[in-house]
Amino acid sequence: MGSPRETPEALKAPEALEALRGTGVTIRNAGPDDAVGGVPPRWVALPESTAEVAALMRVSAAHDLAVVCAGEGTRLDRGAPPERCDLLLDTCCLLLGDGSGVEHSFGDLVARTGAGMPLDALAAVLARAGQELALDGVRRDGVVGGTVGGTLATGDAGPRRFRHGTPRDLLIGVTVVLADGTVAVSGGNVVKNVAGYDLGKLFTGSYGTLGVITEAVFRLHPLSADRRWAGVSPPAAALPALVAELASSQAEPSAIELDWPDPAGGAPTVCVLLEGVAAGARAEALRASMDAYGTAWVSSDAPAWWGESPGEEVLAEVRVPPAAAYPALHAVAARGLPVSVRGSVASAVLRLALPPGTGEAEFTGFVTGVREDLASLGGGLTVLAAPPELAREVDRWGPSGALGLMRRVKERFDPGRRMSPGRFVGGI
Amino acid sequence: MPEATPRPGTVPGTVPGTVPRARPVDLDEPVRRFAELLGPGSVITDPVRLRTYECDGLTHHRVTPGVVVLPESAEQVAAVVRICNEYGLPFVARGAGTGLSGGALPRSDGVLVVTSKMRRILSIDLPNRRATVEPGVTNLAITEAVRDRGRYYAPDPSSQQVCTIGGNVAENSGGAHCLKYGFTVNHVIGLEIVTPDGDLVELSEADPGYDLLGAFVGSEGTLGIATKVVVRLSRLPETVTTLLAAFTDIEGGGRAVSAIIGGGIVPAAIEMMDALAVEAAEAAVACAYPEGAGAVLIVELDGPAEEVAHQFAEVVRICRDSGAFELRVADDPAERAAIWRGRKSAFAAVGRISPAYIVQDGVVPRTALPGVLAGIDALSAEYGIRVANVFHAGDGNLHPLVLFDDAEPGAAERAEAVSGRILDLCIEHGGSITGEHGVGVDKSRYMTRMFSGDDLDTMQLVRCAFDPRGLSNPGKIFPTPRLCGEVPGVRKGAHSLVESGRAEQF
Repeated sequence: MGSPRETPEALKAPEALEALRGTGVTIRNAGPDDAVGGVPPRWVALPESTAEVAALMRVSAAHDLAVVCAGEGTRLDRGAPPERCDLLLDTCCLLLGDGSGVEHSFGDLVARTGAGMPLDALAAVLARAGQELALDGVRRDGVVGGTVGGTLATGDAGPRRFRHGTPRDLLIGVTVVLADGTVAVSGGNVVKNVAGYDLGKLFTGSYGTLGVITEAVFRLHPLSADRRWAGVSPPAAALPALVAELASSQAEPSAIELDWPDPAGGAPTVCVLLEGVAAGARAEALRASMDAYGTAWVSSDAPAWWGESPGEEVLAEVRVPPAAAYPALHAVAARGLPVSVRGSVASAVLRLALPPGTGEAEFTGFVTGVREDLASLGGGLTVLAAPPELAREVDRWGPSGALGLMRRVKERFDPGRRMSPGRFVGGI
Repeated sequence: MPEATPRPGTVPGTVPGTVPRARPVDLDEPVRRFAELLGPGSVITDPVRLRTYECDGLTHHRVTPGVVVLPESAEQVAAVVRICNEYGLPFVARGAGTGLSGGALPRSDGVLVVTSKMRRILSIDLPNRRATVEPGVTNLAITEAVRDRGRYYAPDPSSQQVCTIGGNVAENSGGAHCLKYGFTVNHVIGLEIVTPDGDLVELSEADPGYDLLGAFVGSEGTLGIATKVVVRLSRLPETVTTLLAAFTDIEGGGRAVSAIIGGGIVPAAIEMMDALAVEAAEAAVACAYPEGAGAVLIVELDGPAEEVAHQFAEVVRICRDSGAFELRVADDPAERAAIWRGRKSAFAAVGRISPAYIVQDGVVPRTALPGVLAGIDALSAEYGIRVANVFHAGDGNLHPLVLFDDAEPGAAERAEAVSGRILDLCIEHGGSITGEHGVGVDKSRYMTRMFSGDDLDTMQLVRCAFDPRGLSNPGKIFPTPRLCGEVPGVRKGAHSLVESGRAEQF
């Protein structure tokens, strides 16, 4: 249900392309690999600065082009397919001027980066001064992927959300380009700042539907001197007690993760991360209490599954109040589909992977049924990834209490519905 | 002072500094409706009683509210706001009135919604590490309700004994410990709000969609009124150690702060006071800080015992290396309170050494502190105005106390000039005009020095989404209100009040 077009696409395209090229930004024709949720864009633009993004957005506004942003594409399968997609804005080259791509004010524990900065490259720069951005990127086979922009756009967080929160908690300043090309800054370079609305909060997790994030300023943390992982495989029924004990432990774990490949029958594994001074001694103290639930172990290496998604093609996320994690998983297992579970169990943000071969009817029934069960627990389920043909009958996002206000925000920021239209909650 | 015309809403302001009302507003009918809704005891129109609410903690901005209402429930707040909408009346929410930026400054042509009757702790849910409270509950009351079970609510603004959680949400309050633990926005996981249209809406961290919760916290009451607040409860740390270090000069303290942060330590708090602030605290509460201190540094470490022990040894070494001439350590609550007493009393204490003062709130990148302090010294000399410095040194949040004698002609103006130029210094050094007190009415004129017109217009898109008629705490934050206009295709016909001529279309 995009805006009505004044001229047929075929007539309009050459003019739009000419105008896009007129910005001086590298533009190429899109290929099949550029498709977003099965929707192929017409062109791909590779802007190198906020000003270039602004120029592209002005042209897009003038020619009614729908715009979708992509970083490395590690999470481009999130959300519904866009209603339309004319221009794919590849943020790869949105890097800051100097060689490293990072303005690192290490004495202030602050760093400014471009949206295209890969998280692993950022980590390497910050580590030189003994600091880090306490976010866990998308891990695949132990390798961290994803860009700053993609991490912010999805609001994605990994195991250490328990201690450090999610991207919104670490972002202190942001530069965005709106649908009409307006460049706006909010926040700043200092950790403590309450001047004006915090647009960074609004844009974090907005999936590209409000504008383009081009630069970000983060608060940093000292890189931990030491790290330990401690784990145990408890009987399923003991999971709530174990997690509650770990969550309130004075050893102060940074993360409390669950890996449960088969909640219908198999054994869960719970693993905690301890960071900082005396991590070893704190891990041993925790091991002693974890031994009451099974044979606990301590390691200076993360388990192979740490921070990895339990699956790729069909992936959902469950969020419930912390004490409802176990009942929620019980409800999930009771649906009878082979589900693999992994995630931040103490925060009760858990990811579910279903087999790629899951049928449409089964999937639809699963999503609907689990949502009903979780609603009574005060939580919900979102479908993070699913092939378009599998998710035709489901609302990927599920209900949200403030959808009316969200629509009004979208209408103000993007009245023409050109920014990732239809991808987000409630069809925003 | 009794007014000649006691009719509500037509009381002319007579206090100096009062903002004159733009046009006379007839509040008779809305006042009658409020009384029907809330009971006459919960609607204040008496001019003398209205005066109680004419300012918040920033006392040089005063406006007598048109009417004050004291709702007891979210539904009543929503009904009040709907009545405001019917009559096109601006409304302002107020908690304890401890804000320091005039954020709760009333409107003489509008309604002040006071949350003092909404003070219930609705639930404490330890398994889920959260509490649900009404907006009038004080910050400290939350911690007091759970402390015996080993939990607390982390943000701790200095006014925590009296300030309300609703006000904390509006201002995104911090406190001495936010260096390690963050601000209100990092500890509020859900809100029930009354939108500027009068709808009750839940904003939850758990819901998919835009982070309207994050946008609402710190919006200074311009996006609606919070009627329920769900806060995260934190576990009390295993160990807390507080250290006071005295230096002969502020540079020594500054070196210690840099070395602590540079050494990879994130203390729960690092506070610094200069000689003048120490002198004031001494006069007020006899905190017995070391004699001859040019600067006093308070460092608090908390966490697992092993970690704190290690970091404590490091901090002691750093302080000695940086020239500390005396160190004091507190390991129990009484000793800790003794160390904190001087710091916590600092704002009020300057009243002992100066007839009048302005509390400023600015932020600079921490590494710019030495340059900014030198700049403040230069301003102090240039204007002949003393400035006492108290700051959250870990995050570069300065609270210069600009001292003056209000009996001396011209002194107030000079102090105001110094205070304003301190903010200029903060901006020049890449900082912020407010770290925790908010913009309110006090600093809206400085917003354009920090943000471009496009930045401010973009922020106001959020305002227009929530409050297209501009009724919720208008005149705060933004130097120039944006005319929202209509979003194409969403208008469902003119409002009946516009058609009947009783309200203006914005």
